[in-house]
Amino acid sequence: MEVKVLKDILGANEQIAERNRQLLGSNNVFAVNLMSSPGAGKTSLILATIKRLKGKTKIGVIEGDVSSSLDAEMVGKEGVPVVQINTGGACHLDANMISNALGNMPLQDIELLLIENVGNLICPASFALGEHRKVIISSVPEGDDKPFKYPLMFHIADVVLINKTDLSPYLKFDTEAFSQAIKRINAKIEIFQISCATGQGIQQWVSWLLTQMSFLRGTKRIF
Amino acid sequence: MHELAITKSMLDLVLEQAERAGAKEVVKINLVIGEMTGVVEECVQFYFDFLGQGTIAEGAALSFKMVPVTARCQGCGKLFEIKEFDWTCPYCQSNNMEIISGKELFVESIEVE
Ligand SMILES: Nc1nc2c(ncn2[C@@H]2O[C@H](COP(=O)(O)OP(=O)(O)O)[C@@H](O)[C@H]2O)c(=O)[nH]1
Ligand SMILES: [Mg+2]
Ligand SMILES: [Zn+2]
Repeated sequence: MEVKVLKDILGANEQIAERNRQLLGSNNVFAVNLMSSPGAGKTSLILATIKRLKGKTKIGVIEGDVSSSLDAEMVGKEGVPVVQINTGGACHLDANMISNALGNMPLQDIELLLIENVGNLICPASFALGEHRKVIISSVPEGDDKPFKYPLMFHIADVVLINKTDLSPYLKFDTEAFSQAIKRINAKIEIFQISCATGQGIQQWVSWLLTQMSFLRGTKRIF
Repeated sequence: MHELAITKSMLDLVLEQAERAGAKEVVKINLVIGEMTGVVEECVQFYFDFLGQGTIAEGAALSFKMVPVTARCQGCGKLFEIKEFDWTCPYCQSNNMEIISGKELFVESIEVE
């Protein structure tokens, strides 16, 4: 006997993600999912963002990592609440892990939640967390062919940050070709060039972030 | 890489549906997977052989319907398949397109006894 199913395999994850989004929304917390290859600069961006917004925006951080807690310790030194998730070998965060982490996050005391996903550009693309915006960090040393190798990731992201622009003089990275490739996959995406080392472009990134956050405040609903 | 989590969710879904249908055994699972998801058949099969053990889906055949990435050009309106991640319309060279298929990841049906 054949039984029609026609159900999304990740439907259960989507449901939990939606619950997370509602919980965050009801606490006026804006959540951002930061994704990149290992070493592209997720932790550095979180640190730079905390520094730039100190005294202005209350930030919380969820650190996803396969096993270590080094990033969480580094971020914790900045005096913001941090919850560490060890994925126990899984190559991505999922909505259930975030749901558990939110239970340990003082949601009333924060306005912005930065989530550092596990470093890879394939798996996190499939798992919604309940975030309001998805951010990809690409970095100059990785080369400019990433959009072709990981199209789904670039297709679903809201913004791409090209990090480590301070290294551009030493490496071949065709920003124009890279940006065009991304725009093909995702016409609505925004692209900023930044350097966490020099601070270049961080202000534009933070402005973008604050603008996106104000949408949540204004409407209580973001997509 | 993410096939482990995907296979787990797939198995949960299949067992739930099989139970609802009062099945004693699941003999076949028909999956639809878009090529943009990056899901690799062999990996799903590998994890399924392991995770399925001791369930009523143990040993079920997995059928994979892979869906190519297709897009509609916003320039000339034509439909085309995106091969090797070449994101350019082969008819008018436009880069502006809407993705029509390739993101699927669902269980179409199961065959039970
Ligand atoms: N030159 C340069 N190095 C950077 C920049 N941003 C991060 N890094 C370095 O790249 C390495 C990996 O950064 P990290 O933030 O830990 O990456 P993550 O794995 O994505 O969290 C560290 O040694 C950083 O100091 C940058 O803008 N320029
Ligand atoms: Mg890190
Ligand atoms: Zn065309």
